Amino acid sequence: MYGSASTHDIPASAATGLENEDPILLAEFEARIARGEKIEPRDWMPALYRKQLIRMIEQHAHSEIIGSLPEGTWITRAPGFRRKMAQMAKVQDEVGHAQLLYSAAETLGKTREQMLSDLINGKSKYSNVFNYPALTWADSNVISWLIDAGAIVNQMANAKGSYGPYCRALERICAEESFHLKYGHDAVVHLATGTPTQRRMIQEALNRWWPPIMTFFGPSDKMSVHTEILMRWKVKMASNDHCRQQFLDMYVPKIWELGLTVPDAKLRKNEDGVWEFTEPDWEDFKRVINGDGPCNAERLAVRRAAEENGAWVRRALLSPKAKYVKPLA
Amino acid sequence: MNTEALKDLLYRLADDQLILGHRNSEWNGLGPILEEDIAFSSMAQDKLGHSLQLYTLLHQLGEAEPDTVAFTRNAPQFHCTQLVELPIGEYDFSLIRHFLFDHAEILRFEALSHSHYEPLAQVARKLKGELKYHILHANTWIKQLGSSTEEAIERLQNSLNYTLPYALGLFEKTAAEDEIIAAGIFVGEDEIKTRWQENITKILRQTALELPDAATLTPVYGGRTGEHTEHLQPLLDEMAEVFRVDPTAEW
Repeated sequence: MYGSASTHDIPASAATGLENEDPILLAEFEARIARGEKIEPRDWMPALYRKQLIRMIEQHAHSEIIGSLPEGTWITRAPGFRRKMAQMAKVQDEVGHAQLLYSAAETLGKTREQMLSDLINGKSKYSNVFNYPALTWADSNVISWLIDAGAIVNQMANAKGSYGPYCRALERICAEESFHLKYGHDAVVHLATGTPTQRRMIQEALNRWWPPIMTFFGPSDKMSVHTEILMRWKVKMASNDHCRQQFLDMYVPKIWELGLTVPDAKLRKNEDGVWEFTEPDWEDFKRVINGDGPCNAERLAVRRAAEENGAWVRRALLSPKAKYVKPLA
Repeated sequence: MNTEALKDLLYRLADDQLILGHRNSEWNGLGPILEEDIAFSSMAQDKLGHSLQLYTLLHQLGEAEPDTVAFTRNAPQFHCTQLVELPIGEYDFSLIRHFLFDHAEILRFEALSHSHYEPLAQVARKLKGELKYHILHANTWIKQLGSSTEEAIERLQNSLNYTLPYALGLFEKTAAEDEIIAAGIFVGEDEIKTRWQENITKILRQTALELPDAATLTPVYGGRTGEHTEHLQPLLDEMAEVFRVDPTAEW
């Protein structure tokens, strides 16, 4: 699960370093991308391209493992066998996505250990929505449906990007996310058409999650920093506003169909097909992304504890005395 | 055939799988490496699926629906061994528990695949195929970590010493024991225990770990007759938290 958190964008003031790149190689690189070719790990690439991709894939990977936490807390409480097994499988997929993405990022030269250590010490970010709590089972269902839906909108676009390993990972991830979306939708339908208590639970969860969902694709393009070069290099494939509009177009009607309301009085589709909505509180978004959200500290503390408690296992695996054991021997 | 004796056996099998599946699922987000989060989740899903198949057999014998049986009973009504209810602790404990439990479980289901109670034999034939992979997973890690750093060996040895009495509790006999053996439903706990000791000894010999002498230990019994640790009821309360909001609702 992942959205654009805006942090991939290059600050307009930042030095691009492009003046230090070999102009002939750079021109060839750009021509390949323009022709729709994929860039592979051993191909020449500008340092800025490498850096941006590492940042982007790494953040995506972090979002998957941190994103497994809010729903993960509902595995042990999922009501009934069917939901319990599906919730486990769904969350397991997210961790699998992280594994896949760390591998894709490693092809660019940063190790998984370095990435995890940057996550824990706050140097690299993850999708901001996971800094909000999943207070009830219904919240977990809203995440499974709508956050995964948002992730698909974003990732389907990025799967058409220029970096081969990331695109291939995204194709696999999107296939699984589509299944999560069906699972989430099914669970939401059960609540929305269930008992009065269930209907209240799901409406309240949707009310809680709507503001974070609206920020999921990152700040409005009007506020977004310069991304022209990332678009040209096919690192960033669709603008934040474009993704948000696409999401609203696909899912608001489905939400209304279930008899649920969206907590935004201004939300409506104009005659020109563009959705109008209350502008999210971007100052609050920034505050949360910079560490001051309801769950930032808790999420990182869980990850830190996992890393610390498991350190002896990783040391043991690296020990020269450890026998290599073929798993299927 | 005495149906009560058969039900007693099925409850023991199903409750062990359900509770350990639940515990294994708690490793989500906490594994020492991502691959172990994923592996423990796979095993948890298998175990939950196994328990569902066994509760389905019980339902066919007149017990309540699997969801009702799993999500509404209280601790004294559970027949699981105390081994499976213990909290996940650190990875060394969870790994040792997995190793000791699944080695017993695969023998149990191999034996049950020849059970004279055909519905159970059918389920057992399917389950033992999955348990094979649980064993491969446990053996791989025990062999690898059990011959690595002093730190890892010490941790695993301490966990093995702590866990073994609980693991011996897996072979606690109930009043139904003679009857299910006589009816050809199950070979009985003694036989499984003997072969289990041989199998785990074989693996542990390939490591720096030492298996304590089981003869000197007191097995932790009681689970099969509803005596449980203080950890089971909170686990069950958590498991049923949402289900109990409205047990008649469709979730």
